[in-house]
Amino acid sequence: MSDLPAGVERRAFEGSERLATRGEPHYGEPTDGEWRAWNPDRSKLGAMLELGMDTGLSGGETVLYLGAASGTTASHVADFAGPTYGVEFAARPVRDLLDAAEPRGNLFPLLKDARKPETYAHVVEPVDVIVQDVATRGQAKVATANAEFLREDGRLLLAVKARSEDVTRDPADVFEDALDELESAYEVLETERLTPYHDDHLGVVATPR
Amino acid sequence: MTEHAGWFAGLDPEDTEDGADRVRDGAAESPADWPALAVDEGFAADESEYYGRLHEATTAAARAGVHERERADDKQLIHAVRAMDDCERTANELAERVAEWAGTRFDDAATGVEYARELSARTEAPADPSEARLVALAERTAALADEADELRSYVEETTPSVAPNLAAMAGPVLAARLISLSGGLDSLAKQPSSTVQVLGAEDALFAHLRGSAPSPKHGVIFTHEYVRGTRPEKRGSAARALAGKLTIAARVDHYSGERKPDLDAELDERIATVRGNGGGEGASDDGAAANDGGDDS
Repeated sequence: MSDLPAGVERRAFEGSERLATRGEPHYGEPTDGEWRAWNPDRSKLGAMLELGMDTGLSGGETVLYLGAASGTTASHVADFAGPTYGVEFAARPVRDLLDAAEPRGNLFPLLKDARKPETYAHVVEPVDVIVQDVATRGQAKVATANAEFLREDGRLLLAVKARSEDVTRDPADVFEDALDELESAYEVLETERLTPYHDDHLGVVATPR
Repeated sequence: MTEHAGWFAGLDPEDTEDGADRVRDGAAESPADWPALAVDEGFAADESEYYGRLHEATTAAARAGVHERERADDKQLIHAVRAMDDCERTANELAERVAEWAGTRFDDAATGVEYARELSARTEAPADPSEARLVALAERTAALADEADELRSYVEETTPSVAPNLAAMAGPVLAARLISLSGGLDSLAKQPSSTVQVLGAEDALFAHLRGSAPSPKHGVIFTHEYVRGTRPEKRGSAARALAGKLTIAARVDHYSGERKPDLDAELDERIATVRGNGGGEGASDDGAAANDGGDDS
C-alpha cells in the first residue's frame, strides 16, 4: 500500500473509513468539518488511490486534468494539488466545473478538446502529473498527444474505459491495444483493474520516455 | 516585445475580458513555463498574482464558452419546433379558408397551401375589393407556410448540436418534438422509456388508464420509420425497442454530450430482430391488440 498524498486522508464518515480531502463541498458528498469524502465509485483516481496503486502523488503537484467533466474528481485533486488545469470539452458539465472552480483559486477550467493540445498549450504550463479520464474513442492517443505537457519525471495517471473504445470487444484486448499505443510516448509502471469501483476500467500509471 | 505565444503576451493585466478571449481563441505549438515568463515580462508581480489572473481569465473564458454553446440550447429548440407546428397548422387552416373563398370567384380554384401560394403570386390587379382581400389572405397564408419551412430548416440544423445522439437516431425534427413534449432535454433524459414510447399519445394513454381503451403502443415516435415501417403486429415491439434506445440517447446527450455511434448500430440490430420472423430473442408479445392502440399524434 503506497502512501496517500499530503492533503488526502482516510477519515471516518458515518462509521466507515473513507478517503477525504479538504475543500468546499461540490456534489453533495458527506463532510466532516472541512473534510469531504472522496467517493471511489464516482472517481477513477479515487479508486486508484483506494486500490493502493503507486500514483507517485505527494501533494502540491502541478496537474493537467484531461476529462474534468463536472469536476467531481478534479475538485478533490485541486484540494491537495497545486495549480490544476481542468480540460473538458462538453459545455454542460463545464457549467458544474465552474462551480467547483469558483472557490478554488488553483483550479483553472478550460473548455477545450483534449485531442487538440495546441488549443490550450498557450495556457497550460509543463506539469508534474497528467490525470486522464476521457470517455471517448482513442484514449491512448489523447494521452500520447498530451505527453508534451509532462515533465521528464512526471506521472500519467490514466483510466482507460474499455466501453468507450469498443463495447463489443473483450476489455482485456482493448486494454492491451491501449497499452501498446502508450508505449510510443510512455513507460508503463503499473496497471490494475479498477473493479469493484468501476467495471471494465484499467488504471494505468506511466512516466514519459 | 514578446516572441512567445503565451495567452498573456502583450496583454493589459487588468483586462480580464481580453484575457478570456485569448484563453478561448489562442493557441501554441507547445507549452512553456508561462508563470515564470509572465513574471519576467511584468504581466504579474509574482506567481501567485499570475495564478490569480489566470483563474479570472480561465473561468471567464469557460463561462462565456458555455453560455455561447448553450444559447443554441434545448429551450430555444422547443420554441422553434412548437412555432413550426403552429405555423404549419395555421397555414393549413387559412389555406382551407382561401380555398372556400376562391371557389366562389375562380373556376380554376383548388385547395391546399399550394393553391394559396399560386393565388398569392397573381399579378393581375384585383377585380374588386373583396378579391383584393382574398389575394391578401393568400399572401399571408403563403408567408406562414414559408416561415414553417424556415423553422423546419432551423430545427434540422440546431437539434444535432443540442442532442447529437437523439438527433441522429430519431431524426432532428422528431428529436426536437420529443424534447418539446417532455419540456426539455434534461427532463426527457429523466423519463423512463415507457413514457418516451407514448409521448404525444396522452389522450389515448389516459383513456387507457381510465380503463376504457387498450394501451397506446406509440406516441410521436410513430413517425419514425422503424415504427411506421414495421408490420402492425410487431409495431408495439418496435416502438418499445426504439423508445428504449431513444431514452439512452437522450441520457447520453444530456449527461455527457458526446456522440456515440454505437447506439445507432445497437438499435438497427434490435429492430432487425424485432422484424425478423418469429420475433427473435427478447421480442415478446407486448399484450396489446394488433390494431392501432390510440395513436393520436
